Amino acid sequence: MKRGSQGDLGFRLVTGAFAVLIIAIVAGIGAVLTSESWLSIQKFGFGFWKTTTWDPVAGDFGALPFIWGTLYSSILALVIATPVALGIAIFIAELCPASLRMPLVFLTELLAAIPSIVYGLWGIFVLVPAVRQLEIATPQFLKALPLFSGPPLGVGMLSAGLILAIMITPFTSSVAREVLKSVPIEQREAAYALGATRFEAIKAALYYARTGIVGAIMLGFGRALGETMAVTMVIGNTPRVSTSLFAPQYSMAAVIANEFTEADTALYLDALVEIGLVLFAITMLVNILSRGLIWSMTLSFKKASEPAAPPALTPPQPEATA
Amino acid sequence: MTWAAWRKAKSAVFVGFCGLSIAVALVPLAFIFFYVVSEGIQALNVDFFTQMPKPVGEVGGGMANAIVGTLIIVGLGALFAIPTGIMSGVYLSEYAGTRLTSAVRFAADTLNGVPSIVIGVFVYTIAVLPVKQFSALAGGLALGIMMIPIIARTTEELLLLVPGSMREGSLALGATRAQATFTVVLPAALPGILTGVVLALARIAGETAPLLFTSFNNRFFNTTLTQPMGSLTVTVFTYAISPYEDWHRQAWAGALVLVAIVFTCSLFARLATRRLERLRGR
Repeated sequence: MKRGSQGDLGFRLVTGAFAVLIIAIVAGIGAVLTSESWLSIQKFGFGFWKTTTWDPVAGDFGALPFIWGTLYSSILALVIATPVALGIAIFIAELCPASLRMPLVFLTELLAAIPSIVYGLWGIFVLVPAVRQLEIATPQFLKALPLFSGPPLGVGMLSAGLILAIMITPFTSSVAREVLKSVPIEQREAAYALGATRFEAIKAALYYARTGIVGAIMLGFGRALGETMAVTMVIGNTPRVSTSLFAPQYSMAAVIANEFTEADTALYLDALVEIGLVLFAITMLVNILSRGLIWSMTLSFKKASEPAAPPALTPPQPEATA
Repeated sequence: MTWAAWRKAKSAVFVGFCGLSIAVALVPLAFIFFYVVSEGIQALNVDFFTQMPKPVGEVGGGMANAIVGTLIIVGLGALFAIPTGIMSGVYLSEYAGTRLTSAVRFAADTLNGVPSIVIGVFVYTIAVLPVKQFSALAGGLALGIMMIPIIARTTEELLLLVPGSMREGSLALGATRAQATFTVVLPAALPGILTGVVLALARIAGETAPLLFTSFNNRFFNTTLTQPMGSLTVTVFTYAISPYEDWHRQAWAGALVLVAIVFTCSLFARLATRRLERLRGR
């Protein structure tokens, strides 16, 4: 008995030590990035995020163009990807025949498995020239708008947004699919029993799952914010704040990737690390929020379905029965 | 149009939109696949795997150093991440429900969402800056940090799937918790865990951003772990943004090799999962 419990204690301590290492890494990232960016934090304070000058030679650093570019490209990607991703999720979870489900899931998973650098390579040599053609073909009256102003370069915000949209679609759709799967089948059956069409029944399920769907969309947003290589290769790498989709701009991750090994002064390096620190903080916040939303939704489902239906009667995968 | 017909039409449009979304997502997949294969195959030859990069401006040569480099760096990452990931996964499933477990799970999910470039900056400050030397070790550490949360969470989930009766049976025979875990529960879940590890390896082998300023790049053959080391991904990046036609060709070949590695791993993992599910009688 005694030997056994001692063995258990050792087991708990050893495995626990490895587990605590994960916490230590996350805390370490926050702590190390803060201490390594201290010069920049002290010198520029909050003004770092409000000024647009990025002049390594003069030692004057402002990060507004980067945070602008990151937010702009990610939101653009979100706008393009969300309808498509939800459409895919609904099609796979609610509409398609069971035999098609696995192949479709596999194909969308492949899209998620392609390395970022391959997206970037494809972006440079295929997407950017195509976008340039599109920009040349844009009619003059549209070019007068600030959204489409500037010369047709190909590289720029539009290319970045498009490639990000392709990259986050599989993430958002797979989470949204899981969320839809967790909606009790009674929700749809009740809707159909009332004479609802497919669209109306799915709308009811979507409404029921709205928190989780928002979580899925935000998870995709978090991915877009931190994406580095593909964006670096197509966004144009020009630090400026512009509303134009055609303008080459920059992103937080891209400036770190491009300039980190060139940072020759302590202040320059610290400014780049500070950008990394804020990127870390933003993505962490977005991820926590989205996980919280998904988690709170699935939890409320469990509570709601417990007294109502014994689990044995609920089929594991809801089939659309219209 | 009657109200019912209007509703039916709306429903049909909606179903059509969902089907169209699938097509919209598969078009880029087909496009990327087409270009990577058709462009890559032209530059892919035996030289690509066996030759070193030629000096700038000279046509020909290969990426032998980068391929070996990627294998070494990913191997280092696995060496670091597999024990850590599996042991933490064991802790998470064995001591589920405690406050520390929730904290670890939370940290793992957070770490999983940290942008890879940030991991690169982190490892640069702890493993490159102090010794003032880019190294394969630092690159392996960065990839390892990215793998840990994936392996930990997979291990946890698969251990929880093992029937409680198996653990109870071994405990009833007098096994300690450690014995029950390592000789009964973990072996039962091992095939699934290995699948998870393969998926994690596939994802990590394609990473570029964390290697940019950890293992850096190297145009020469190097197996010294404390020196900068070339990798397939970083080489593809450097070649892609270079002005040389021949390097672009080789970048496509590199991309093809990367995609082949990743897809093979995914396919293997997917088939293994299917077999597992059939074995469990689902």
